[in-house]
Amino acid sequence: MARVVVDVMLKPEILDPQGQAVQRALPRLGFDGIADVRQGKRFELEVEGPVDQAALDRIHKMAETFLANTVIEDFVVKVESES
Amino acid sequence: MTTRIGVVTFPGTLDDQDALRAARLAGAEPVPLWHRDKNLHQVDAVVLAGGFSYGDYLRAGAISRFSPVMETVIEQARAGLPVLGICNGFQILTEAHLLPGAMLRNNHLHFICRDQKLRVENAGTAWTGDYEQGQEISVPLKNMDGRYVADERTLDELEAEGRVAFRYLDTNPNGSLRDIAGITNAAGNVVGLMPHPEHAVEPLIGTGRTDGLPFFTSVLKKLVNAS
Repeated sequence: MARVVVDVMLKPEILDPQGQAVQRALPRLGFDGIADVRQGKRFELEVEGPVDQAALDRIHKMAETFLANTVIEDFVVKVESES
Repeated sequence: MTTRIGVVTFPGTLDDQDALRAARLAGAEPVPLWHRDKNLHQVDAVVLAGGFSYGDYLRAGAISRFSPVMETVIEQARAGLPVLGICNGFQILTEAHLLPGAMLRNNHLHFICRDQKLRVENAGTAWTGDYEQGQEISVPLKNMDGRYVADERTLDELEAEGRVAFRYLDTNPNGSLRDIAGITNAAGNVVGLMPHPEHAVEPLIGTGRTDGLPFFTSVLKKLVNAS
């Protein structure tokens, strides 16, 4: 089975208070030099059968309609591995 | 004939009983609806109640939006059925694209539970006819993901068309853009808001006021006049 990864991130113009909270905690923990943090979601899909264009089109559709809300989020589809 | 107001229960819905009760106190026949049942059982209006349907997994309202009952709700809402989304119900309506924009985590990352002052900005919708334009009301607010966002063009459009139905007063509790607490669709039959009118329908509890009851009497009057 091949693994396809869908990364979902808030659009750049949308405020991400969770990412900010993480960023603010870093210096306190001794991790300096991080100017900004944005938090997102990663979906790992184990795909049955070949990951051809048709399968990728379906995954794209799935990401667009369900995994991401394109009003507030962007997504990227990547084929990670054939295993 | 009695007006029937349906209230949908999803797994994780919390406020369905209060919404059914509010419908009854307003003089309607309350009808429980189930998320897996496509049939709306001849209701005249639908309330999507608050809670954490499907645990807010993925995004608040994202999974409920694809439930069988929503297929019919979406279809009927487009045909003019009055639909009110409260809190999680509002989130479901934005996920279903019946209302524009989206709801995100409160800007301060805290769960809020408080009485919230609102201004009724549009008293012309199916759910707000019993309010005065500009009336100030107080109803409970309790949520984690209450920050309303939309792009500038959508916000300008909502303002220009009078589709901001409710605005937060005194303080913006969650970072919602332009202090928006609730909006309506262009036809005025679909309304969504984060605060909870169904918790403010009896003087005995909450604020001691019944500022939320007009939501339910408004839709009743609208339906009776229409029939």
